[in-house]
Amino acid sequence: MYVAVKGGEKAIANAHALLAKEGRGDSHLPPIDPSWAVGQLAVLVARVMNEGSLYDPELAARAILQAQGDALEAITLVRSFRTTLPRFGYTVPVDTAALPPQRRISATFKDLPGGQQLGATFDYTHRLFTERDTDGPQASPNGADGADAPAMPRVSDLLGHDALVQPARPEHFTDPEPPDLTREPIVFPMERAGRLQALARGDEGFLLSLAYSTQRGYGSTHPFAGEIRVGEVELEFEPPELGFAVPLGRVEVTECQMINQFKGNAATPAQFTRGYGLAFGRAERKAMAMSTVDRALRADEFGERRVAPAQDEEFVISHSDNVEATGFVEHLKLPHYVDFQAELGLVRQLRAEYQQRQELEGREEIDEEVLV
Amino acid sequence: MNTDDRVLMQARGVGHNYGDRFGCCDVSFELWPGEVLAVVGESGSGKTTLLGALSQRLALSEGTIRYRLADGEEVELSQLSESRVRNLWRSEWGFVHQNPEDGLRMHVSAGGNIGEPLMATGWRHYGTIRATASEWLERVEIPVSRIDDAPVTFSGGMRQRLQIARNLVVSPRLVFMDEPTSGLDVSVQARLLDLIRYLVAELGLAVVIVTHDLGVARLISHRTIVMKEGRVIESGLTDRVLDDPQAEYTQLLVSSILGG
Amino acid sequence: MTGEPISYNTGYLDEQTKRMLRRALLKAVAIPGFQVPFASREVPMPRGWGTGGVQVTAALIGEDDVLKVIDQGADDTTNAVSIRKFFVAVAGVATTTRTDEASIIQTRHRVPETPLSEDQIMVYQVPGPEPLRFLERRETETRRMHALEDYGLMYVKLYEDIATHGHIATTYDYPVMVNGRYLMSPSPIPSFDNPKLHRSPALHLFGAGREKRIYAVPPYTDVESLGFEDYPFEPQRFEDPCAICGSVGVYMDEIITDDAGSSMLVCSDTDHCERTAAAKTEQVPA
Repeated sequence: MYVAVKGGEKAIANAHALLAKEGRGDSHLPPIDPSWAVGQLAVLVARVMNEGSLYDPELAARAILQAQGDALEAITLVRSFRTTLPRFGYTVPVDTAALPPQRRISATFKDLPGGQQLGATFDYTHRLFTERDTDGPQASPNGADGADAPAMPRVSDLLGHDALVQPARPEHFTDPEPPDLTREPIVFPMERAGRLQALARGDEGFLLSLAYSTQRGYGSTHPFAGEIRVGEVELEFEPPELGFAVPLGRVEVTECQMINQFKGNAATPAQFTRGYGLAFGRAERKAMAMSTVDRALRADEFGERRVAPAQDEEFVISHSDNVEATGFVEHLKLPHYVDFQAELGLVRQLRAEYQQRQELEGREEIDEEVLV
Repeated sequence: MNTDDRVLMQARGVGHNYGDRFGCCDVSFELWPGEVLAVVGESGSGKTTLLGALSQRLALSEGTIRYRLADGEEVELSQLSESRVRNLWRSEWGFVHQNPEDGLRMHVSAGGNIGEPLMATGWRHYGTIRATASEWLERVEIPVSRIDDAPVTFSGGMRQRLQIARNLVVSPRLVFMDEPTSGLDVSVQARLLDLIRYLVAELGLAVVIVTHDLGVARLISHRTIVMKEGRVIESGLTDRVLDDPQAEYTQLLVSSILGG
Repeated sequence: MTGEPISYNTGYLDEQTKRMLRRALLKAVAIPGFQVPFASREVPMPRGWGTGGVQVTAALIGEDDVLKVIDQGADDTTNAVSIRKFFVAVAGVATTTRTDEASIIQTRHRVPETPLSEDQIMVYQVPGPEPLRFLERRETETRRMHALEDYGLMYVKLYEDIATHGHIATTYDYPVMVNGRYLMSPSPIPSFDNPKLHRSPALHLFGAGREKRIYAVPPYTDVESLGFEDYPFEPQRFEDPCAICGSVGVYMDEIITDDAGSSMLVCSDTDHCERTAAAKTEQVPA
């Protein structure tokens, strides 16, 4: 006699225990300490901070370990935690040119004030497996104290002197407080500030593919990497009670300014146009992809036809959040048998009706033959 | 009083600008129920812009358009709310696009395409909707056996006829047509024009039809407006404009047609 | 920062968030069937796994509530277990598997067989709140269609089903007209359950966490499943009774019992099945 299936609760408990065991790995080896991950898995930590929308390297590292290396699982953990934190407001807009960067390159000029500074980059390594170096260079390449660091004005500011590149702000920009996507639902069409927020926390892989597509003819922004900077910025916050800004500390960011094909018409002279990307930590790929997609989504501002997926705001923004994406894709693992049952019922009915019709037609044909 | 004797649409000084350029400017005319008005001109003449402005697809930059609704109320079109304009489209107006793909759901069956305006206005009997769709297929000379086929499988002429059926099934009072026959073979064009002329007369439709082809104007319109570079050059009864053009430009147009 | 233990507010969400959710719920109740956008928060389940339902429940639940959580009609499916445990952990609330004892019932994909009362709230987990989404993928356009009551496209879909299959071919998430005004997705409940919403004495709340929409059907509201006069909506029927408790007229699960594919039908609503079977056992003479 069939007995109804039970035991879901026990199954879950066992699954959690098994997960913990798998995650511990070989018990003869020491468990990874989060602080090791902060230092030695910094790029992954940066990704989790960016897409988790929270700057906390130790927490991100802890999330990566709890998630057994699953980046999206770690990001989900960070997001779930973030949502419980109180929100005080916005910092003063960050000045990415104020502190000397650890890395700064430009593809648009051979040389420029401050020079090209490679910093710590994989760019020119040979992708061969090597033994790990245990020590880096003894002295930091440029003074972390900024004592004798050369001035490194932003390329966009240099070009901006002669209005060769579009100004950072449009002409009648009043600088309103930006929306907070985690506090208000997205409504299309969006303003650029909201889009940049969504892109900043958007999946790196998704944005990368979209950016790639624009370089292959799906939309055409013809970007140049005007400047890529990696370094620390000072965060300041102005509490209403004080009326002046107080420093909160420093965070490491990667900034990318893409400079794109010029635009102009009879009324306005030609100018280069911009795309902007900003990310926590060492996250160049993300910043570059973000800036390329940012520019593609600004199609309306330049009278460009939206013909490519990367230019479709609803498509890009709706599918950029990987926590949503993985949640929904993976939810297919949940039981769906009730709805499947409903479909089964219909398919069976339709097939039965088809059979009946076939038989009826078969008999009609026989009747006709008989008549003839 | 027979309200159908009153003017249907009155345009005064209508203009639409694209930035600093004007697409059309200072256009005035009156349209009566059951009347077909042709707007002719070469490309760039502003005729399509005018159609857009009249049909509320483009914003009016200047001028007024008064329209008399089915219930007799007269309204200024540019001041109607989006919801009232949407209502007009559902119950009183039709728009036949130059490219039938713009006016049809290409992957919905012919029956579904004709049925949609009915369903949008509350028809809820499948059998009746389907029968009405069949009637209309016959009227526009599409074989009724194609009722369940999608227009993606139709020829250009058939698609255009389906678009006409879809527009006329709700018995509109005013239909806008944007070059409905261009892109079709000459013989197909002729058949289509005959069909349009017949339906317009039978249903008493008012039509504003944009065309670059004077022959089309000759065949189906009562009155004609000639446009050039955004302005009206000449207007009047079609036969008069084509047989006895006053403006030099119109004379040029007419004389350039073989057997015009 | 990460050295300190992390503590959560009762019901997991902070009070501001609960207030925001309740404002959205009030709007939803005021406009039956209308999708109210809300600032959906992240909660400790993945998106797609009930975060909308969880947020609605978290905004409502209090110490006097008794919570029932079902998935596919059963209390013991893994996700239902997980969500129930979550609320026990963050709200310390009493739970039950009995429909008639619950004040809040959070559900995925089913409405219980036991009739609901005026004291009860149903909270539905919704994956896709927009009934027109697969006909018109742009949000800007569907928003306009709802505002202007422009639902012709939905009927075109039903027409095409009949023209192709001879039937309307939607078996779950069957679109309904609420209060004669808004087209609504009742969530992926089987169409069998749609009639239970019509003039129900309970309050029905729908939460879509990933898509960030909340909507509601207040008590005693008209909920009409779409159809044509000559092809009216017809909920599915099961001919055979439940193999365990003998119930008829309830929604069934088909269980495959051997390699040859033999199957049997049992109640999808496990609470209903248990109680019916128990009542039968009591009746059997000793």
